[in-house]
This record gives sequence, structure tokens and C-alpha cells, in this order.
Amino acid sequence: MEFLAFLVRRLLWSLLVLFGLSVVIFTIARVVPGDPARMALGPRASVEQVADLQSSLGLNKPLTQQYVLFIGGLARGDLGRSLLTEQSVNDDIRETFPATLELVLTTIFIAFLFGVPLGVAAARWKDKWPDNLVRAIAIVAAVMPTFFIALLLQVLAGYVLQILPTTGRLPSGTAFNANITGLLLIDGTLKGRFDVVFEAARHLLLPATALALATMGQIARITRASMIDVSRQDYIEAARAFGIPTWVRLFKYQLRPAFVPPLTILGLEFASLIGGAFVVELIFSCPGMAAYGIRAITQKDLNAIMGVVMISGVFFVLVNLIIDLLVGIVDPRIRIRGRRA
Amino acid sequence: MSEVQALSNSYQNWYRFSRNPTAVIGLVIVVLCVLAAIFAPHITPYPDHVGAVVDFRNRHQPPSAAHWFGTDNVGRDIFTRVIFGFRVSLSLAFVVLIIAVPLGTLMGLLAGYFGGWTEIIIMRLTDVALALPPLIMALAVAAVLEPSLMNAMLAIASLWWTWHTRLIYSIVRQIRAQEYIEAAETLGASKVHILLREILPNCASAIAVKTSLDAGFVILIGASLSFLGLGIQPPTPDLGTMVATGASFLPDYWWESLLPGTAILFVALGFNLLGDGLRDLFDVEDVR
Amino acid sequence: MTALLSVQNLSVSFTTYGRTAEVLKAVSLDVPQGAQVALVGESGSGKSVTMKAIMGLLPQPPARIHAGKIMFDGRDLLTLPERERVALRGTAMSMVFQDPMSSLNPVWTIQDQLSTILKYADRRLGRDRDRKGRRARVLDVLTQVRMREPERVAASYPIILSGGMRQRVLIAMALLSEPRLLIADEPGTALDVTTQAQILKLLRDLVEAQGLALLMITHNLGVVRETSNTVYVMNKGEIVESGPTDRIFAAPQQQYTRDLIAAVPRLTGRVTT
Repeated sequence: MEFLAFLVRRLLWSLLVLFGLSVVIFTIARVVPGDPARMALGPRASVEQVADLQSSLGLNKPLTQQYVLFIGGLARGDLGRSLLTEQSVNDDIRETFPATLELVLTTIFIAFLFGVPLGVAAARWKDKWPDNLVRAIAIVAAVMPTFFIALLLQVLAGYVLQILPTTGRLPSGTAFNANITGLLLIDGTLKGRFDVVFEAARHLLLPATALALATMGQIARITRASMIDVSRQDYIEAARAFGIPTWVRLFKYQLRPAFVPPLTILGLEFASLIGGAFVVELIFSCPGMAAYGIRAITQKDLNAIMGVVMISGVFFVLVNLIIDLLVGIVDPRIRIRGRRA
Repeated sequence: MSEVQALSNSYQNWYRFSRNPTAVIGLVIVVLCVLAAIFAPHITPYPDHVGAVVDFRNRHQPPSAAHWFGTDNVGRDIFTRVIFGFRVSLSLAFVVLIIAVPLGTLMGLLAGYFGGWTEIIIMRLTDVALALPPLIMALAVAAVLEPSLMNAMLAIASLWWTWHTRLIYSIVRQIRAQEYIEAAETLGASKVHILLREILPNCASAIAVKTSLDAGFVILIGASLSFLGLGIQPPTPDLGTMVATGASFLPDYWWESLLPGTAILFVALGFNLLGDGLRDLFDVEDVR
Repeated sequence: MTALLSVQNLSVSFTTYGRTAEVLKAVSLDVPQGAQVALVGESGSGKSVTMKAIMGLLPQPPARIHAGKIMFDGRDLLTLPERERVALRGTAMSMVFQDPMSSLNPVWTIQDQLSTILKYADRRLGRDRDRKGRRARVLDVLTQVRMREPERVAASYPIILSGGMRQRVLIAMALLSEPRLLIADEPGTALDVTTQAQILKLLRDLVEAQGLALLMITHNLGVVRETSNTVYVMNKGEIVESGPTDRIFAAPQQQYTRDLIAAVPRLTGRVTT
């Protein structure tokens, strides 16, 4: 019951944040630039063209009214029209978002898959060589500029060793329509096209690894710290006093109470993860939201920019909600008391 | 065998810090980079290569005794440009942090101490700011204003202070729960006095740790932004831009891209190790 | 008859910040079969270190046991191979932890925690028990510690139980594998006085009913009087006095013991101004 109240509160928080986001985005897109229409069309456009665009965008109306229209559009799920392509921004994003989503999900999976065991091992052998090794790896991973590791991997695996593809999601010419979820790995499995799944995985490996590295480093460090904190608790000493074997103690007794901080970190880091995804998509030419977003930015397509930033924000908020749910499942204290420890 | 006596704080601190090899390494790296940046014209072999100099006969030279990091596509010495590139990275990090840290700390103090509406407004604001990917926001802001690295970094600063606010806020809340604040209030100390004299010093170690770690990350973001094209105008050297231009020559002329990249990694690593070392030293939790 | 537990001339040192201190100096104490012994001292006297050394829970470094023997059932624990030492823990020699709030794993149910302990204890003892058997045993010990609704408690998470209930769970945990020696670390100090009294009575009754040996570590002289026949008084790492409880209270030999007894506030006697 308490937990339900907790979730409801988080939901309200999410809505508030989204509201705040919309204000910020609106401010940036409409208020800050002197003349959005002029910006979009460039200095060579004629005065009439600019005026036309202004009225079609409703830029002549008072700001508050513009904002209301904007919010109304958002509520309906309509992000407006791209100023350049004239297509609905919705459609554009719907086409490009799944690639980004798949990349990010794979990244999180890899980051946890390697980060958590490394953190546990480091805590187990604290101050001995495995700990130092893990910490060294984690620190370097955490400060590695994403674009740098992406380039490195591209060069190494793609050109030097030539074992993995370096661009795109599938080999060119593959006929496959990912129309169920948009995620190649899932749609491919659902449709029985395991060749697609295999190729998609191959293409995902490098970009996801490049992106995962920084997060993996953070997760390893936080898991290590958290495991060490928990190890100082009386109940772990009690477990030792009752002769529970080391590995059972670590993975059953210690890991679960220690698991909340890594989850929470993921929530906080997620914004950087999205940003990193943009860089990685660019370098590996993934047809995701990044390419769309970068084009929108360079061409000052304000509606598209707003749409991309808004979706990123929504993504962030959703992920944090899911994490709140997971935290409640992992730690009964939070579930029962209804708040974060 | 002697009894355990109480050891002085600074002795304990230095003892523990110096026993931590990575912390010392971090300190050394940071000091090296800062000094290198400051004395760049005096310690680099080709200080004029940061200007509009070209030497087409020496383009794309691999690392050698004459050019430690090789030369780039117009023949400039990469090592020199990397050292000068540190100037850009460090000054930008400085600009961002000099805005973000005091602002964030102030907001955190206000939100934590006064509570009520102040707290609600400030904390909701930070929630919104944290939901925005810094890189994308910086690009977007740079797009609508003039696309310059400074604008982008200011955009970063405008988001970054929120991390500090959250940190200080949680520390202040913990401190508030303790009784000596109540005691000071009862004795009639002014609010300003309490904030400055009682609460702020307790945040000092956390601020030091976080600022150190932040410096590393801000440098990384700055490099990413310039990599994406938002760099300083040429010919001034800028590490991110160097990686970007060098990237087109991969894998043949790998040094043009990978060595500046390594330099970025190096300086960020230094700040991170230093911050970690400080964190272990002060035993501060919750600082990331 | 040799004592079940016999600590002989145990000396332990601690090293921190490059400096070393002696925390236990030639400590000796005996716990005979079926006896109830108390180890008394202020904070910092070394009683916790003694207890941890006996249980084998001292981290070495920074601690170092550099002299003495810990004889349990005729064998020196300090010379036993690690595996055998671990085999004894929680089976023949069991500990009742001090703080019921923090000594139970918060994310697992009572049933889960106790069953896990039992599972691995059984394995060490070579006993074969299936899951049903373990469940039954868990409910059995919960009943022994006088829980009114053992099934409900077993299915609960520690956070919803009261302090007194959690302390009983800790005792139940110690009883799971029918130990011969129970070491109780400041039992009930984290609880209010009434609950503490109930817990102490429970301990006494259990010990008498099952013929266990009880070593109680405490700083509370009132507790000592209630529960033990023999007392060891500890100060600054040394045993300063020992003997039958009645004798110690009636005629303390050492000044320290006298001071300790005098420090307990009394409700009778003259009021000094």
C-alpha cells in the first residue's frame, strides 16, 4: 500500500518534470532565438517567405498562446511539423527512435552484465590484485571519451581485424521490415528470422560496447562501494558467524541489499547515456534519432529539435519510473516503508 | 608496543592520501597538465604551430624524435598543439565550474536549510535540469544562439550546477537533523552565520571531491562538443577538433586522431583519480 | 571435568596507522558444560575482541593473535584448519548477536534466512534434510523462543517485526543446529527494560532446558546477577577478577570490581548531598 503511494508520487513527479521540460524546451526553441522563422530559412530567404513561415508557425501570436498550442500538441502526441522536411516530426521520430532505443537497451544490458560481477569481485578481494585491476579498468572506462573509444573500436575491429561491421544496423540490402516493436533483435526473433537477429547483434556489438564502457565503469565502482558498505553491516558478519559459504553470502546475502545504488546510478546517468548514444550513432552511422537530431540542429529545424529533446526527456523520466519500480522489488524496506531508504 | 594516541588530522590525512597510489598519480597528472598548460609556450618545441602555420612538406609525419606526436594534415606538430589544447580544455572546465559550483552550492544551501517553498522550487528545477541530456542541450542551445564552444559550455554550466545543488542539499539535510544547528539557532545566531560558519565547512570536503571529479567530466563533454563540430575556431588547437579532423585519416595516420584522444583521456583520468583519492580520504559518501 | 570452552592466555594486538596496541593481554576464562558464565567490562575493555576471537571472526590484519590457546571440546581452535573451524560455527558454537535491528538481513524473509543457515549447517554436519524438513525446523525454533505466531513471523521481513521479536529470531537462529555453546553478545541492550527482562528469562530457561553452556558478554551488572553463576571481570584487555557471581558481588577483591559494582545506581541507601 505504501509502495503504491510511493509510485503515485513518482508518477506525479514525472508529470511535473515533463511539464518543466516542455517549458524549458519551448523557451529555447521559441523565446531565445530572435526570429525562429528567419533562423530556419536562413539569411537568403525573402521577407515574404519568412512572414509566411511565421504565420504558419503561429509566431505572431503572443507567447503564452503559443505555449498553450505547444502543450496541446504535446498532449495529443503531436510534435508539429519539421520546418525543413515538412513531414510530421512524429513520423520522423517514430522511424528513428527504435534504433536508438535498441542501442540504449543493449548498452544497459552489457553494462550491468559486466559491471556488476566486476564490482562484486572487486569487493570480495578488496585491496588485492583483482580489486586493483577492476578499479583500474573501471576508472579508465569511466573517463574514456565515448567518441574516442568508438573510434578506437571502429578502427580495431573494423579495419584492423575486420571481424565486425562498422556501420548501420544491418548489411545493406537486407530485406526486413521491423514493424512490431521496431527493435531488430525482438522483431527478428518473433518473425523467426534468426539471420536478421544475428546480423543485428553483430552490428550492435561495437556501438553498444563503446557506449556501455563508461556506464559499466560507473556501475562496477558503485557496486563495489555498495558491496563494501553492506559487508560492514552486522547481518553480513552474522552470515559469516553462521558459516554461510562465501559465494552464497556474496551473491545471495550481500548483492541484493547492495543492488539499489547501481540501479539508482543508472537512473541518474541515463541523461548522459542518451547524449553518448548520439555520438556513437554518428560515428557508427546508425540510423537512429541522433542523426535526425544532429541534422535538425545544424539546420536549425526548431520543431524537430524540440521533438528530439522532448522525447529524450520523456525517455529519461520513463526509465527513472521503471527504476523506482525495480528498486521497490529488490529492497522490501523501500516497498514497505514507501520511500527511498 | 605503544598505546594508540590520537594523531593529528592533517597527519592522518596526508598519511592516508600518500598511501593511496592512484590518488597520488592523479594529483601528479593534474599538476603536470595545469603546469603544462600555463607554461605551454616555453615547454613546447614548436610554439608557433598553434598559429596559421603550414608546412606541407612535413604533413602526416608519424611520431619521431623531431615530432613526438607526429604532424597533422598541414604539417603542424601535434605534441605542441596538444599541450596548447590543454589550455582550452582546462580554461573551459574552469569557466563552467566557477559558475556551476558556487551557484549549485548556494542553491543547495538555500534549499536544504530553508525548506518549504524554496526547497520545492529549487529541487523541482534540478529535477528538470537533470532530465535533459547535457550534450544535446548544449548542441541545441548552441544551435539557437551563435554556435560557439563558449555558448555550448555556458549551456553545460546552466545544467551542471544542479548536480552540486543535489549534493549540498542532501548534506545540509543530514546536518540539519543534528542538534548543534538547533543549538546555534537557539543561541540566536543569524541564519547567515549558521549557513556560513556551521554548515558550509561541513560541505567542504564533498565540494572538493565533486569539483575534482567534475573537472574530468566537463573536459570530456567539452571535447565531445568540439568533436561534434562546435570547437574553437581554427587555427587555435582544441583537442576534440583534433580528434575529429584526424578521424578522417584513420587508420593510416592514426596518430593524428588517437594521440589527442589519449591526451583527453589522460587529463580526465588525472582529475578522476584525484577526486577518488580525495573521496577515499574524506570518506565522503554519495559523491559521484 | 574439562571445560567445554577454555581460553588460555590469549593475547591479541591491533595495528592501525602504523602503530600497534595490545588489546588482549593473557586472557583466560573457562566455560564448563552447562554453565552460565558472564564476561563483564566497560566499553573498550576487550570483551568484544575476546568474543570475536573465540568465534573466529577477528579480521587478521589488523588484529593478530600472537599467543594463547582457545580450547573447545579439547581441541585448540587456533590450530585447526580453516574448514574445520568454519564447520563449528553456527553448529556446535553459536552466537546471539547484539543488535536485532541490524543483525538480520533486511531483504530476505525470516524463513529464507533461517533456512539458508540451516541448509549450510546441515551440509557441514553431513545431515540430510529437505526443504520441508528445514521449514519444520525453522518453525520449531521459532516456537522454542516463544513466538506466538511462528508461521506469520517466518513469512515476514525483519522490518515489520518489533525489536523484541527480532531478538527472539536472533536467538532462534542460534538454536537452529542444536549448539552446545551459546555466546550472547549484550543480549537485549538495544531493547527497553521490560523486553530485555523477557529475553533474559527466555535465555535462562532455554539454557537450563537444553543443557547448553552460555557465555554472556555484557557491561550490565544487573544482567550478570540475573543470569550467570560465574563472572569474569575485564578491564583494559585483562581479566582482573573472576569467581562465582554471589561471591563477586558480596565480596569483590579488586578495586576495579568494587568501583564497577558501586557505579550501579541503587534505590536504597542514604542519599548523599
